[in-house]
Amino acid sequence: MASVLRYRKLCITEPMLRSYESSETPKDEKQAIETLKVDKKQEKSQTIEKLKNKKKTWGCVNSCCWFIGCMCTTWWLLLFLYHCCPVSLVGFKGPEPPGVRLKNEGLSALHPVVLVPGMVTVGLELWEGRPCSRGLFRKRLWGGSFTGILNRPLCWLEHLSLDNETGLDPPGIRVRPVPGLVAADYFAPGYFVWAVLIENLATIGYEGKNMYMATYDWRLSFQNTEIRDQSLSRLKANIELMYVTNGNKKVVVVPHSMGVTYFLHFLKWVEAPPPMGGGGGPGWCAKHIKSIMNIGPAFLGIPKAVSAMFSAEAREVAFIRAMDPGFLDSEILGLKTMEHMMRVTRTWDSLISLLPKGGDPIWGDLDSAPEDGHECHFETKSYFQSNSRENNNSRNKDSTGPRIQLKHRTKYGRIISFGKTASEQHSSKLHKVAPMELMQVISNATCGEIWTEYGKINRKNIQKLADNKAYTAETFIHLLRYVAPKTMQRAEAHFSHGIATDLDDPKYAHYKYWSNPLETKLPDAPEMEIYTLYGVGIPTERSYVYKLSPSDKCNSIPFRIDSSAEGGCLRGGIYFVDGDESVPVISAGFMCAKGWRGKTRFNPSGSATYIREYRHKPPGFLEGRGLESGHHVDIMGNAALIEDVLRVAAGASGEDIGGDRIYSDILKMSDRVNIEL
Amino acid sequence: MPTAKRRKGGNSKKPTTSGQQSAPKIDDKIEERKTEKEKKPKDLNNNPHNINSLKKERSKRSCIDNCCWLIGFVCSTWWFLLFLYNAMPASFPQYVTEAITGPTPDPPGVKLLKEGVKAKHPVVFVPGIVTGGLELWEGHPCMDGLFRKRLWGGTFGEVYKRPLCWIEHMSLDNETGLDPPGVRVRPVSGLVAADYFAAGYFVWAVLIANLARIGYEEKNMYMAAYDWRLSFQNTEVRDQTLSRMKSNIELMVATSGEKVVVIPHSMGVLYFLHFMKWVESPAPMGGGGGSDWCDKHIKAVMNIGGPFLGLPKIVAGLFSAEAKDIAVARAVAPGVLDLDIFGFQTLQHAMRMTRTWDSTMSLIPKGGDTIWGTLDWAPDADHVCVAKKVKKNDTQAGENGVGFVDFKTHNYGRIISFGKDVAELHSSKVERVDFKGAVKGNSFANRSCRDVWNEYHEMGVGGLEAVADYKAFTVESVLELLQFVAPRMMKRGGAHYSYGIADNLNDKKYEHYKYWSNPLETRLPNAPEMEIFSMYGVGLPTERSYVYKSSPAAECYIPFQIDALAQGGSDQGCLRSGVYSVDGDETVPVLSAGFMCAKGWRGKTRFNPWGIKTYVKEYNHAPPATLLEGRGTQSGNHVDIMGNFALIEDIIRVAAGATGNDLGGDQVYSDIFKWSERINLQL
Repeated sequence: MASVLRYRKLCITEPMLRSYESSETPKDEKQAIETLKVDKKQEKSQTIEKLKNKKKTWGCVNSCCWFIGCMCTTWWLLLFLYHCCPVSLVGFKGPEPPGVRLKNEGLSALHPVVLVPGMVTVGLELWEGRPCSRGLFRKRLWGGSFTGILNRPLCWLEHLSLDNETGLDPPGIRVRPVPGLVAADYFAPGYFVWAVLIENLATIGYEGKNMYMATYDWRLSFQNTEIRDQSLSRLKANIELMYVTNGNKKVVVVPHSMGVTYFLHFLKWVEAPPPMGGGGGPGWCAKHIKSIMNIGPAFLGIPKAVSAMFSAEAREVAFIRAMDPGFLDSEILGLKTMEHMMRVTRTWDSLISLLPKGGDPIWGDLDSAPEDGHECHFETKSYFQSNSRENNNSRNKDSTGPRIQLKHRTKYGRIISFGKTASEQHSSKLHKVAPMELMQVISNATCGEIWTEYGKINRKNIQKLADNKAYTAETFIHLLRYVAPKTMQRAEAHFSHGIATDLDDPKYAHYKYWSNPLETKLPDAPEMEIYTLYGVGIPTERSYVYKLSPSDKCNSIPFRIDSSAEGGCLRGGIYFVDGDESVPVISAGFMCAKGWRGKTRFNPSGSATYIREYRHKPPGFLEGRGLESGHHVDIMGNAALIEDVLRVAAGASGEDIGGDRIYSDILKMSDRVNIEL
Repeated sequence: MPTAKRRKGGNSKKPTTSGQQSAPKIDDKIEERKTEKEKKPKDLNNNPHNINSLKKERSKRSCIDNCCWLIGFVCSTWWFLLFLYNAMPASFPQYVTEAITGPTPDPPGVKLLKEGVKAKHPVVFVPGIVTGGLELWEGHPCMDGLFRKRLWGGTFGEVYKRPLCWIEHMSLDNETGLDPPGVRVRPVSGLVAADYFAAGYFVWAVLIANLARIGYEEKNMYMAAYDWRLSFQNTEVRDQTLSRMKSNIELMVATSGEKVVVIPHSMGVLYFLHFMKWVESPAPMGGGGGSDWCDKHIKAVMNIGGPFLGLPKIVAGLFSAEAKDIAVARAVAPGVLDLDIFGFQTLQHAMRMTRTWDSTMSLIPKGGDTIWGTLDWAPDADHVCVAKKVKKNDTQAGENGVGFVDFKTHNYGRIISFGKDVAELHSSKVERVDFKGAVKGNSFANRSCRDVWNEYHEMGVGGLEAVADYKAFTVESVLELLQFVAPRMMKRGGAHYSYGIADNLNDKKYEHYKYWSNPLETRLPNAPEMEIFSMYGVGLPTERSYVYKSSPAAECYIPFQIDALAQGGSDQGCLRSGVYSVDGDETVPVLSAGFMCAKGWRGKTRFNPWGIKTYVKEYNHAPPATLLEGRGTQSGNHVDIMGNFALIEDIIRVAAGATGNDLGGDQVYSDIFKWSERINLQL
């Protein structure tokens, strides 16, 4: 066909045509001319077609290029303009940060400040790894941009896991916490953790010499951070150094989240004699510490850790979720995201430290709990909404009725119940299985690849577990011991979750009790002040409705949160109470409201305690994560909280900043908790 | 035709993909066309015009569109390549390298790991001048948004964006030598402070990576970052840096049960000398560690490229801001400092800034004429400058006595001479006019210079002429010269540093901190088991003395500049562009780096009363063989030596427990022992 076209092109030229037209020609020739004329028309239209054709290819690839070029150029131009214009012009001018205001009031740095970050927020970097991690030496595996997950997910998981026997490094891998303020100022680019507080402290005169970030490997059990990295010794040395170099001024410690229990551990460790402890002697805390300002403390554990341990579902990794909702649910790692997550997180001993402590007296038994009578109101515009499970039903319901009154008392004490009815029935009607029946482990050797320990449990036994219907905080520990024997065996050498009956028992000198405020005494430091600062007004996970997972696949997690269970405080299979989205009020506030208030057996020297609550207010447009947030992490940018921390660091006492400040029912709840003090 | 009007920038230059494939389609469409055209025959006649106008339209549009297209194309290609690069396995570049150059030798860390060497002693790094990062903690409004961002180190982006603001923040107060009011610039802490100076320009990173191979990590490696702009004692006064270092060393010793190996580099060497005296001295001036602190805590001090006795470079730096001690910056971006980025006063601004940095004065040559030579004599005068191959030729060197003039030797002792002929004449022939009594004369009183503070503006023409008339300056007279031209700076510096040689070390005055960083005015600590290594590169021409001329321009200019026209000619080529050079590592002459370990501290001397063992380890410079090697694994350059495999291996062995003798004792390529012998110093 192409050759014919070419032939026509050769034949048809204007002079030729004219000569044909002028001369007399037979009919068939005329016909030929006719055809040629048509051909001429064709040719012309053909050129148009050709042009059109060219245009078409332009349209496809080239206009793509053109478009990209346009975008790039515009972007560069804007970027250039942005960089050119004076800095003060850029961006929206927020209200005056508390640091500036307090500086104008005349506040200046006085006491050195120690920041103790919580779980997850500290960056981890690679020091030695397998060949697959080549080129990542001293690059962040955790924190930062998380590019490692996308580039080499399995390699990344392997490096973040710990050895499931020892809870320490697997052979050939060394992943270590990033030191210094950079470790936890931003968790990911733009997602601040400590940065706002640091900046405000710097405004009133703090700098590297009187501000110390006590980073530690948050995956390890607390005592292991000392054994492997000497993190506790390092913290002690730095506090002593700052105390001396800043004119014998005591330090103000600001722990956050799990850092709170880590610092409790430190308080006991530093007084204990070597080799187990730091050998600081009983007067160390009184000499070196002015006050401890616990932010969002998980003193008594968090229920979230329950579901994390049980089914890897309660995203303790709430930060990731906040940044990228649904990220963990997408199947980036193949079909076993959750299972991989579970395998990795179960090697992290520190997670066990967050399991609810104090058992039934604190967290409630099958029929009653301190939070009884809590009214759930999910605000339509609340923070919770944006981060809630992907559950359209509940969302619609909310928008119609923003405030739902309780018809019956929610049984919060049942941390885990199987089925919605089981969560509501009276305990006498519940089907119970004697714990002894559960103790039959039948190993199943076929599921070796992903180590979740569920592979070793017979399906029948799983059914039996579900038959027990409801677990309280105490029985849940038994349940965990059954479904994750190795994890619990390892971790229970490092943590304890009970309540001490006799604190003078010599067994409490062991380090596994040090991070449990209900099994230790506060140090003998009557002048030391303990603050608990936390957000309220956000629905916080408290107990779960579970169901058996239908899939019978090897290695799959046999339990799932029953996200269809709805009603009252129950949404998406989870009962909510007041808190800061991660820590319920009872866990954050109880110790300071009652357990340590005045002289109790947990606080023999009578250190003063203060409760500072911050009511959550969702951020307005352009406000970023808000200046009045009560959210577990965003509270670090809460202006009122920052002001309190700054004032205390500049020398104020708890009374100076106004004593208690309470919005929630914490005092009422604490009254209901019946423990010997 | 409606379709034609929609036509955009179809470019006739662009080839269509293929005529053959589109041909059948065209035929189909031709049929449709025919019917269309039969309806509108006029359009047919207009068609050629239409096409022409289309072409015109196209050429109009093609200007911008093609640009966009090109950028888009480049961008997409770039992204695609970037994507490929990221998707490529990390080991790929090495395969390529190995394919081209053959298998690369194992890095020393890997090699020693295979030998079974394990981490033992904790390691302390003491970075030198310039290489440590500085970050902003408090600043003027012009520095908004840069809180805790690096002002020094990293990308140096701010220099370009707001140069004057940057200069203002990097400068210190010229009275106190501390922060100016309202500005707090602090050293970055941790290993990140000096692992890379700028992106891709390693300082400590290679050493750190190799140490990590044999098991080091954050807990047994400590970077003693300090603000290198301050005088050494002021780092303690302002930031408690020395206390911090002491505390960290004690912590590491306590947690690991082993003494530390200290690795100072460049000015860090002097800083650590200061530290060793400080830690033993009683509080409040010192750290109160007691006289056996070093013995208890330090196994070895492995000085890399240590300017024990100062740098001639710094003289020119202070005198005319010309000797780019900021060699690192220069290597990163050659000529940046010479560019007129700050308007017309780059050097003046640089001078104003650097003159507020007390630490530069710690590098002024120490030991006076005894070490650095008199007008006619210098210990290293017989150095033979050979352009490329470093070869020592002893036969050419005559016996040098005082007063013996030989054009084959150089008057290195004259650190500064005015004019090339002055540099070569015998001292008896040089007419010198003493400048000290000279009246400085009226200042220029030029308002336009006010924002650029350097003390030259306070001097009159008379003073400047007097300086030039003195013709030649030795190290000792250079000190007087600096005191003359920059009295305020030298007064500040004089309170923190001293440059002499002690006659009697028992004198009480030597307990003052200003003597602590001068090895010729202090004793080494009582730590007989400690070892001191001096490790430095040789084989590179290193600045030793300068030929100056008066600068013709007046007013805001610096009145003196190096006479870049002075060339050595056939005279063995030691004089190049007004600078006499000698053997060294491009920054530190051999004499300064090696003398203390070769002679001053060798055996039991008055500077080393307890007989600490000293070793001289020289590393001969070999330029990188190929471009792929980067900055080379055998470099002797002052900074690049930190990537020298031989040096890294030595350090790792010592850190793993070896002693100096295990390493093979001295390793000398230069004439350091010969030159040291010539120095007549009471020991």
